[in-house]
Amino acid sequence: MKQKFNIITSTCVPLPLENVDTDQIIPARFLKATTRDERFFGDNLFSDWRYNADGTPNDDFVLNNPAFSGCILVAGKNFGSGSSREHAAWAIAGYGFRVVISSAFADIHKNNELNNFVLPVTVSPDFLAELFDSITHDAKTLVRVDLPQQTVTNLSTSHTEHFQINGYKKYCLMNGLDDIDFLIESKDKIEAYERG
Amino acid sequence: MNTLFDKIWDAHVVQNIDDGPTQLYIDRLYVHEVTSPQAFDDLRERGLSCLRPKQIFCMPDHNTPSAGNAIRDDVGRRQVEALELNAAEFGLTHFPMGSKDNGIVHVVGPEKGLSLPGMTIVCGDSHTSTHGAVGAVAFGIGTSEVEMVMASQCILQQKPKSMRITVNGTLEKGVTAKDMALYIMAQLTTSGATGFFIEYAGEAVRALSMEGRLTLCNLSIEMGARGGFVAPDQTTFNYLRGKEYAPKGDDWKRAVAYWQTLRSDDDAVFDRELYFDAADIEPRITYGTNPGMGIGITESIPESGGADFDKALQYMQFEPGQKLLGTKVDYVFLGACTNGRIEDFRAFADIVDGRRKAEGLTAWLVPGSWAVHRQILDEGLDKRLEAAGFELRKPSCSACLAMNDDKVPAGKLCVSTSNRNFQGRQGPGARTVLASPLVAAAAAVTGIITDPRELMKP
Ligand code: SF4
Repeated sequence: MKQKFNIITSTCVPLPLENVDTDQIIPARFLKATTRDERFFGDNLFSDWRYNADGTPNDDFVLNNPAFSGCILVAGKNFGSGSSREHAAWAIAGYGFRVVISSAFADIHKNNELNNFVLPVTVSPDFLAELFDSITHDAKTLVRVDLPQQTVTNLSTSHTEHFQINGYKKYCLMNGLDDIDFLIESKDKIEAYERG
Repeated sequence: MNTLFDKIWDAHVVQNIDDGPTQLYIDRLYVHEVTSPQAFDDLRERGLSCLRPKQIFCMPDHNTPSAGNAIRDDVGRRQVEALELNAAEFGLTHFPMGSKDNGIVHVVGPEKGLSLPGMTIVCGDSHTSTHGAVGAVAFGIGTSEVEMVMASQCILQQKPKSMRITVNGTLEKGVTAKDMALYIMAQLTTSGATGFFIEYAGEAVRALSMEGRLTLCNLSIEMGARGGFVAPDQTTFNYLRGKEYAPKGDDWKRAVAYWQTLRSDDDAVFDRELYFDAADIEPRITYGTNPGMGIGITESIPESGGADFDKALQYMQFEPGQKLLGTKVDYVFLGACTNGRIEDFRAFADIVDGRRKAEGLTAWLVPGSWAVHRQILDEGLDKRLEAAGFELRKPSCSACLAMNDDKVPAGKLCVSTSNRNFQGRQGPGARTVLASPLVAAAAAVTGIITDPRELMKP
């Protein structure tokens, strides 16, 4: 799971729906696991949209459309709303996505993605609309996400946008470090705080 | 000129990381069985223990059956067992399934006096916002963050922006905190408060009981907010006095003296301020597949909306412009961390008194905790419910999220007092209408969506 991040160039999977909640990303019945088996969660990503009631793939859903592939998911605004379940981030990572692009993310889910080395990239609504346009026009559209420069580029139009990420998180992603490593090392500060 | 949020936040800062998040100290961590096993596993793998085990309280709730004693599916049972074993191994307080202390974590925390004003409170559950009702900064976190708090009693967080929502005036009879929340959400949309922490204020909020405030704060997350809270006042102190874990004697006096200082300064500046009038709010129902897609009960579904709107109506089998009053209801669910408290059962009982459960309708009446269950029996509410043909079930998250046996079958319409009407939330294909306990009770005795005001005694 801990993968170092740098520059990613990939085709994209478009999901032009707004308010995609974590119950859709991974329905509650798949939370019945006591392990972090990425394969399991990845196989059940968007389960209710992806599979018909009889378990066969739903051909109308984008993940079952062979035209679209890549490690970048492009989704409508307010992605990841609802439940705090980190299983949603595990499913996204488990499926093989490394970047999610949207014009807005729900707060808890965004942190969950970051904690699982999936990069949430917030772009302007215009940039997002153009991206959907390019991808639906040409499924081979490439997008470059450059973490060091904090830029995202639609290579079919050469439009680039800067995206926000704080320096600390960027450092962690680029170096494969997580917050727990950091927190444990701050034990002196925690104890000093507790003494008042 | 500080907001109350600033005051509580600032009092918990361990350090601010340069160009990074804040390391925030956490007073309470609540743990349930679904979002914790992987955190415990990872602690074990890293050879870590819990830094402050006394500040961590565990209880299973999601898988708990509301009827019978055993969890019928293996994985659900394993989660509950894992929590018990993990709590024992890491030295944490555990309220086992079926024990007198158990219940939904967001019902148990406040009613035991574990959630107190001025605290920082987290849980691997988005509805942790509920605990804000006591005047605490409480928010949901992911499993990795649960592990962080276990290991360090701290979390790394970006400070959210502040929003104050003031509701002036007085709620009409038959209009509850649930309606207030659903109303605000419909105005704000489900992402309207993303990035914010909400302080609820104003006459109508002050007038709410603690149960009402818990309902209101519970739904903050459905507006996209990180959390929401109400500044503590006499209602809060009266509620907390004598609670099992609340301070006692001189400690209590000292605590109240401190809690009385917990309010936003008169000149505090919020990043965003919104004002509503309580008189504009009527009993609410949702028609779509997110909690913001709601209307007043006498109103009609809008004529149009975005792509999500069409998809939602198709799923719900409703038409644009349709009125929902009179729509046949198959299931009613009273409970969840939104409306599983004693006041909700009283409200439900008041409506069904002297009436009968509608023919063919299934009703799940599920207290949020064993303490609520006991109080229902003490007050004789169970007898009144039984007389009307209803049966009281055992405390559980129950039909809120389709993780235990209580699932609404595909295509069936459920009027539910829970907080989410997402596709499949109550079971694959289930159609959920969110509403207050009063609307739920009115539907339960008439079998159709009914304005509860018509059934209320003058
Ligand atoms: S009652 Fe529903 S919303 Fe509340 S904790 Fe349980 S599953 Fe979550």
